[in-house]
Amino acid sequence: MSFLTYLINGLSLGSIYAIIALGYTMVYGIAKMLNFAHGDFIMVGCYIIFSVSAALSGNSVVGIIVAIILCTVLGVTTEFVAYRPLRGAASPLAVLITAIGVSYLLENIALLIYGADIKSFTSVVTWEGVSFAGGELKIQGVTIITILVSVVILIALQLFINKTKQGQAMLAASEDKGAAALMGINVNRTIALTFAIGSALAAVAGALLCSAYPSLSPYTGAMPGIKAFVAAVLGGIGSIPGAMIGGLVLGIVEILSKTYISSQLSDAIVFGILVVVLLVKPTGILGKQIQEKV
Amino acid sequence: MSSILEVKDLSVYYGVIQALKGISFHVDKGEIVALIGANGAGKTTTLHTLSGLINADGGSINYKGHELTKIPSHQIVTFGMAQVPEGRRVFAEMTVLQNLKMGAYTRNDKAEMEATLATIYKRFPRLEERKNQLAGTLSGGEQQMLAMGRALMSHPDLILMDEPSMGLSPIFVNEIFSIIEDVNKDGVTVLLVEQNAKKALSIANRAYVLETGSIAKEGDAKELLNDEAIRKAYLGE
Repeated sequence: MSFLTYLINGLSLGSIYAIIALGYTMVYGIAKMLNFAHGDFIMVGCYIIFSVSAALSGNSVVGIIVAIILCTVLGVTTEFVAYRPLRGAASPLAVLITAIGVSYLLENIALLIYGADIKSFTSVVTWEGVSFAGGELKIQGVTIITILVSVVILIALQLFINKTKQGQAMLAASEDKGAAALMGINVNRTIALTFAIGSALAAVAGALLCSAYPSLSPYTGAMPGIKAFVAAVLGGIGSIPGAMIGGLVLGIVEILSKTYISSQLSDAIVFGILVVVLLVKPTGILGKQIQEKV
Repeated sequence: MSSILEVKDLSVYYGVIQALKGISFHVDKGEIVALIGANGAGKTTTLHTLSGLINADGGSINYKGHELTKIPSHQIVTFGMAQVPEGRRVFAEMTVLQNLKMGAYTRNDKAEMEATLATIYKRFPRLEERKNQLAGTLSGGEQQMLAMGRALMSHPDLILMDEPSMGLSPIFVNEIFSIIEDVNKDGVTVLLVEQNAKKALSIANRAYVLETGSIAKEGDAKELLNDEAIRKAYLGE
């Protein structure tokens, strides 16, 4: 029974990684850049929920909505101010280094406003959860909600990309920006939209992450951001189902290795798996084969 | 006949290198105009500048009364100018039908779009047979047809074709050229860039010869086909 509990917890943590990884992978797919500040969008989202909830004496729903809106604005603004001017720069490293700069900027702004001490985050999920088998198998409410939310997000994203004109434009621009522009697609606006979606997802992930692990500091987003990046690469960067699978694998491995092997070694095991997968299949689990064009 | 496209003194620089040295040409409504020349003469640069993928550094592009040099590429298609790019550049990860729908991205008239799709399927039956197949799995000739169908989905008045015969087997080359003639007969003006000068001149009304960024010669396509210097330089005779 306890194994099942750990597995479900792993699934839940994996779902959070997956939601973050979706933002990473979608932005990479279209802008061909790694937004290393993505993890810090999570932290910003958490602080917004924290502050709004405190101001409204514990109303976290409004906090989540405000966080989603402000993170979306933050993502689009960051893209416009910091990344867009560097698109087409001589070296792709320019935008990568800028992203790291944005990451430090956000962390230090948070440090300035909230200080370095860890804030205790009140879970946005008030539901206690359910227990089975006479209390032997207990699943927390936040665990169930996290898994459900990630499933809903995945389905919604797939529908958006395959069924809407904007989603199709996103796919087209991911493949070939020039050809997309010839179709009449405003590529800049499409990239901005991708940042908006990714950042909104980061806010959602933040709410779930801090509800499950309720300690908030300016560096809260850093490690989950890196783990989600690993998840995206593991699943095949640029692939939406890949990000989902990569996230779930990562979460489950992390929780199980923490439980059964060693909590100190769990991160090493997680990154070790990345190394092995990339050695065997460099494009990741669902990575796209580069097509030979004749 | 009236000009649909009037290009004047168009110049483009890549860094310090001048790729187009102030070229002027025009395309009249209903014509097929060929732009021929060797590799690196500036043919693709010309088409990319017309479509706004490259910014002009000087000169003007007048299309149906609109000055195009200041208009972003994604708006140009709404004026009725479409391009079939070099190397086809179909969206390999999307299906044939999704590719065709992308061609009609700027159109909102669903019923008319369906009608256009039907005419394209009629012209390219193979595309209808493979409409749910990923474009990346098509053969080169089929991808060329898809790229043409995709451009036609925007219902253009002028279609720019960049090397439509490149890398195709001789049978497909003949098929593609006869389709270009058919499209033209249906009222679409064509600006055709080709290295296969012989084929291009045989279906064109007029032609321009581009040499290292300048127009070296222009005239009636049939006359150029019989021009001694052209035959030597471009037709391999």
